[in-house]
Amino acid sequence: MEERKRIDVLLNGLIKENPVLVLVIGTCPTLATSTSVETGFGMGLAATAVLVCSNIVISALHNIIPDKVRIPCFITVIAGFVTIVQMLLQAFVPSLYSALGLYLPLIVVNCIILGRAEMFASKNGVLDSALDGIGMGLGFTLTLVIMGTIREVLGSGTWLAGDWFGLMKGFKGIPLLSRFIPGMSIMTMVPGGFFVYAIVMAAVHYFTKDKSKIRNEFGCDGCANAGNCADGECTQK
Amino acid sequence: MKFVIIIISMVLVNNYPLAQFLGICPFLGVSKDLDSSTGMGIAVTFVMVLATAVTWPIQQLLNKFGIGYLQTVVFILVIAALVQLVEMFMKKSMPALYKSLGIFLPLITTNCAVLGVCITNIDSSYNYIESLVNAFGAGIGFLFAMVVMAGVRTKLVDQSRIPESFRGVPIVLITAAILSLSFMGFNGMFS
Repeated sequence: MEERKRIDVLLNGLIKENPVLVLVIGTCPTLATSTSVETGFGMGLAATAVLVCSNIVISALHNIIPDKVRIPCFITVIAGFVTIVQMLLQAFVPSLYSALGLYLPLIVVNCIILGRAEMFASKNGVLDSALDGIGMGLGFTLTLVIMGTIREVLGSGTWLAGDWFGLMKGFKGIPLLSRFIPGMSIMTMVPGGFFVYAIVMAAVHYFTKDKSKIRNEFGCDGCANAGNCADGECTQK
Repeated sequence: MKFVIIIISMVLVNNYPLAQFLGICPFLGVSKDLDSSTGMGIAVTFVMVLATAVTWPIQQLLNKFGIGYLQTVVFILVIAALVQLVEMFMKKSMPALYKSLGIFLPLITTNCAVLGVCITNIDSSYNYIESLVNAFGAGIGFLFAMVVMAGVRTKLVDQSRIPESFRGVPIVLITAAILSLSFMGFNGMFS
């Protein structure tokens, strides 16, 4: 693959094929961990690390793995890396570990990672797959940070509060709105998550109307289960 | 009495898709019409109870050998194998049931609600019976949310004029937001 295409592969995940906003996959961790910038960023980085590592390993092994049992093989590789990330966070960033809680082991069923393994890493070389992993992971992180910003500023009035991996212990955050109005705590709760996600996605639809292919429906491209659907008949439609 | 409380709290207060963000993908993707959402809900309930029945003893085994950290790897593999087995069994011996429920089974492997309920059962140190009841309640809660969502979507979303940018997924998310807002009314039922 030439130089130009490599950059495309890297940038695809950021905007044109943003996993969360355009492909609509990986919705559970997006909604659950975007309550503040810190947890969203931590989740994004953890998922990116798993995604890049699993993409590299799967693309290196894709000639050896038999086609029929590829999904269980992919899941094993991904689960291994998730366990490594889990143990690292528990040891070095315990505050983030407890903030992410259940959603950390659930990275293993994050459709983004299995979807990229199935759609990209099992068909492309090691370097391209690593770039794809970085691009998709950064797109995921970027979305989480944007949603985390909106929810944190509206919900608690501050921005960037948190321990930040122990670098800024007990940082209270930049008071953007808290001086003027009390926080709308509904934004950090469940309905606020759905609402902010809807608004951000609608904004992306509005600004990219003609430039990129918007999927108004849940398509097969981002679906990790596309390989399971017989005769091109999608069960999710 | 304890079992009743567990089930009611899983269905109304801690509803998986609407209050805990678990199983959002099928909740948004499959809730287009009543039939498929009922099928998906029943299939998820079935797999949840079955997966809990298998993973709970496995966790005790892992703890016994001091390798509890392998939980994630072992659980997801067991669930994947289990779903595959159930699908094969259903195809062979219950073709009628397979026709209505079987198509949803492969989608369930990567459903975070199933793995979520297995891990939650371990984390909240329920005993075996309580775990099974909890998994059943979570499944019924999922089914309930799916059916309500499908009802709203067929009436409201498909028959109204929606701003262009909101067509498709965003309006579904707005609907989910309002639904979860109304489910917040059940908060504080149990303290």
